[in-house]
Amino acid sequence: MSDKQTILVVDDDTDFLFQMETMLKRAGYNVVTAGGQREAEEKLRGLRPDLAVVDLMMEHTDGGFALSYHIKKKDPSIPVILVTAVTAETGMEFDAATDEERSWVKADALLSKPVRFEQLEREMRRLLGGA
Amino acid sequence: MERLRTLVVDDELGMREGIRRALDRFEFRIPDVDETYGFEVDTAENGAEAGEKIRSAAPDVLLLDYKLPDTTGLEILERFRPELSESVTLMITAYASLDTAVSAIKGGAFDFLAKPFTPDELRKTLTKAAQNLLLARQVKKLAAEQRRVRFQFISVLGHELKAPLNAVEGYLHMIRDRTLGDSLSDYDEPLNRSLLRLTGMRKIIHDLLDLTRIESGAKRREAAEQDLTSVLRTAVETVQPQAGEKGVSIAVNAPAEFRFRCDAGEIEMILNNLITNAVKYNRDGGRVDILLSDENGTARLTVRDTGIGMTPEETAMLFREFVRIKNEKTRSILGSGLGLAIVKKLALMYGGDVSVESEPDRGSAFTVVLNPLPAE
Repeated sequence: MSDKQTILVVDDDTDFLFQMETMLKRAGYNVVTAGGQREAEEKLRGLRPDLAVVDLMMEHTDGGFALSYHIKKKDPSIPVILVTAVTAETGMEFDAATDEERSWVKADALLSKPVRFEQLEREMRRLLGGA
Repeated sequence: MERLRTLVVDDELGMREGIRRALDRFEFRIPDVDETYGFEVDTAENGAEAGEKIRSAAPDVLLLDYKLPDTTGLEILERFRPELSESVTLMITAYASLDTAVSAIKGGAFDFLAKPFTPDELRKTLTKAAQNLLLARQVKKLAAEQRRVRFQFISVLGHELKAPLNAVEGYLHMIRDRTLGDSLSDYDEPLNRSLLRLTGMRKIIHDLLDLTRIESGAKRREAAEQDLTSVLRTAVETVQPQAGEKGVSIAVNAPAEFRFRCDAGEIEMILNNLITNAVKYNRDGGRVDILLSDENGTARLTVRDTGIGMTPEETAMLFREFVRIKNEKTRSILGSGLGLAIVKKLALMYGGDVSVESEPDRGSAFTVVLNPLPAE
């Protein structure tokens, strides 16, 4: 048994998945990837990740919202980080910085693409509580 | 029927009631709009009452007496200019002097009615004013809709262009930070993927320019009689190297010669998009069957592949801009999401259309029907 923490990364961009997987493994995490909402939900059946990193824009425009909602419904204690390229260019503005926003967005943090890995890792450590 | 809220401001009871009667059950239409309109009349007998009613809900149409006990019609127009910006006003004047008419129009009224007027004159003048108002609203609505569509297109375009940039940037960071090791060969995958994403980005820009040129009509169409069969054979040759890499064989079944009046560049665009797709979305070692037939001068082209195919839900959204079917099977296939939108636009320009039949894991067949361009 490894005591590594498992991170689920969901994005429809192969290269983003590859990069996240490489960086997270180097940082000492177990990584499970999924290319979309459906694949992620299949993988979640036999898996309880310690944290999930979910892209907002997949297949359907709100695929990421739906998925993080489902993850939270399954187990509210799994931290979810939403990653998005949307905010800046569509004028669609939201954040997950306050409790009210978090309860509405169903995510614990929101990062915009391109994701700086150091920033992601800092958020992850904060949400995993240094366990 | 849509009723335009109409406020009649006049201190004479007879005038207010007369106008109400004249407009009761009166209907009118505007050209090219499938709707009848009428007036719902409310009244006010002085400036104060009128002001209250305008403030609480601005009317669509305002019938305003020039002379009121506590103010003038012009003053009301001036005072409530912001509230009345979406309304149309008719000024009622006791004497049709040029002065009052000019000052009323300058003050923002659309037209004026000189007392005394017949119910018919009232209805005519009012209909003209209301038509003007409704058309102006229509134009405004269309312009807003256009801005919305454009905004949406550009948002999606921005997203599609940022995705490859993000990917390449991510790989460059990995290379700079020596994430995968110290030897250059450790970075073959990131480098190849970066090049592939840049190629994809170039393709988006290229297709986008094609699409914009087609839509704007800026591209001059050069109609000439061509041999469609030989245009098709050239298109197949262009895709042949790509097909060879995947071991996909392409078979063409076409008349020996098919004289067809068209713009050769447009036809090449259609063929390249369809045949390239048939190769890209095929399985390794698959087949592409192309059937071109002459149906009394109309061209029918079917490109059939033995590839990954699509579900009915996927085919339903296929010809829209930036729609790419994203799933496990298409993940490593590059596409701009504009190719089929281009094919569709071009087919429509030939009085034809494009359709698709598909079955997951069995393949897809795209059929384009094209009519020859008219001779000049």
